[in-house]
Amino acid sequence: MGQVTSSNHPGLVGVQPEPTEQALPNASSRRQRVEGFPVSWLVAPSVLWLLIFLVIPLISIFVFSLWTSTGYGLEPGFNIGNYGEYFSSEGFFDPEHRNFLKLSVFIRTLGSTFAYTLEVMVLCLLTGYPIAYFLARRVTSFKWQMALFMVCMVPFWTSYLIRAVAWLPMLGRRGLLNSLLLSLGLVDKPVDFLLYSEFGYTTALTQLYVVLSVGPIFFSLAKIDTDIIEAARDMGATAFQIFREIILPLSLPGVAIGMIFIFVMLMGEFATAVVVFGGKTSTVGTVILNYYAIANYPFAAVNAIMLMLAMMLGVVIILRLVNIRKEL
Amino acid sequence: MARWSKQKRKQALGTTLFSGYYGLFLIFIYGPMIAMFILSFQGRRGGTSFPMRGSSFYWWQKLVEPSVVGDMQGALLRSLILALIVMVITALFSTMLAMAFRKRFFGSNVLFYTVMSGLMVPGILLSLGLATLLREVGIPAAWWSSGLGVHVVWTLPFGFLVMMAVFNRFDVSLEEAARDMGADEWTVFKEITFPLILPGIVAAGLFGFTLSYDEFARTTLLAGEFNTLPLDINASMTQRIRPTLFALGTASTIFSLLMIGLFLVIYSILYRRTH
Repeated sequence: MGQVTSSNHPGLVGVQPEPTEQALPNASSRRQRVEGFPVSWLVAPSVLWLLIFLVIPLISIFVFSLWTSTGYGLEPGFNIGNYGEYFSSEGFFDPEHRNFLKLSVFIRTLGSTFAYTLEVMVLCLLTGYPIAYFLARRVTSFKWQMALFMVCMVPFWTSYLIRAVAWLPMLGRRGLLNSLLLSLGLVDKPVDFLLYSEFGYTTALTQLYVVLSVGPIFFSLAKIDTDIIEAARDMGATAFQIFREIILPLSLPGVAIGMIFIFVMLMGEFATAVVVFGGKTSTVGTVILNYYAIANYPFAAVNAIMLMLAMMLGVVIILRLVNIRKEL
Repeated sequence: MARWSKQKRKQALGTTLFSGYYGLFLIFIYGPMIAMFILSFQGRRGGTSFPMRGSSFYWWQKLVEPSVVGDMQGALLRSLILALIVMVITALFSTMLAMAFRKRFFGSNVLFYTVMSGLMVPGILLSLGLATLLREVGIPAAWWSSGLGVHVVWTLPFGFLVMMAVFNRFDVSLEEAARDMGADEWTVFKEITFPLILPGIVAAGLFGFTLSYDEFARTTLLAGEFNTLPLDINASMTQRIRPTLFALGTASTIFSLLMIGLFLVIYSILYRRTH
């Protein structure tokens, strides 16, 4: 009996006749029959692939972070000193100089990467949320909803690098934004702060990553049952109350997923800093690449490990704030 | 009655405001690309910013001419081949994975999070880890080996999520019926499951193709001797930026858009046929 009711056969929902003696062995033999292809065959290729190209590389970063650099390669070892260096050094330009009262250059780079990440996350949320809300709750025709949503998502499928490059003619001294400001009479001469500046950098990053917040927020907003909102309205709730009490809380899982996504990508960002910021700022990513280029692999690995730790911390904090379990 | 119309008017005003904002948003995300597109037709003496000094196909011609620096055509070809292989592997693996996840099995949680972490681990970390490892082991990195490997790690979670969604809405009774009539597993898959999930497989393939074609961070240290197109674009930026770069960017973007369009057309044809 228990076997029959626990079967996930859709035909067996609701009131069922008591299984007869004849039916029981039939039912149990049916459960024993393996349905579908064997799981081990289905997962084996992916497991192998992920092991070689994801798990082992990540573990080896940790291992290499403890090895010793020989100037051109690596020497196996257990060199905690790499981490000591990370926390005390002023960078490879001046390895002798140590100042323990000042945060190490690497900690400061991690800090500034984190600060930019946070700033851009907030900008993405503020820009993207109204778009997701408009698409999910204001566009009534399903066809239009999907079409307008796709238009927002297309940039995600085009080259990220090219979209970063495309900011150059917008932001430069003779760029479009400057011409716009000039023709509106807001400034008398072209301003310099647009390109190769914090402003240009955060603007470009927001444009590059905002679509990643629109998607998840859109899906969680679209799932909200319209009846709940109708009910609240009938009971006299104002539009703002409806938003604060119903829509916002129910959209938080989508917000969290979008923010986690943007957070990890921004923390690992390095190309935009070079293209749009002219390499004026270092991110952890550019530091890793620099050390790789001078063949100091252990130190590149140490930076990578610290980046990973910072990212895990951030993701844990976001997950603590919002429970996304329901969404998955 | 009056209150109703007031509410309606408010609603209409809100929708207008939101539509306006949506328009601004589109300008924000597409504006730079359109500016780049226009500037790629810059006159021969023009620079990388407005105003246009005449208009010409000069920079587009430079794109197809063989040049001293870089190997644009070769890079494009490599990127295309790589994207096609990634597309096939992504579609195949994500279908197999999602089929396995229809049942609970030992380690399914660990596997789920491992697949998903492919989406979370920054490309620079994968690049660094694998490149250093290959260096130590003494295997040279190449776009078709190590590059392919990390590309699939990146695209697999997307395909996997698509296929999971497909199987969530999948009607099991069709398969059950076929099994009850004595069809073996392979026949059930070929005759029933596959035709029904084919649109999903195409969607998974779209993620595989486009994400691989445009991937830069993960290939940075792993392409080996020969560049893929994004790496070539990045390399050309270390020299003086010229409108050729805009022509290249425009061409690459148009190609991406065509591919997305193609996938969507195939998807909707298949979707209509199965529903």
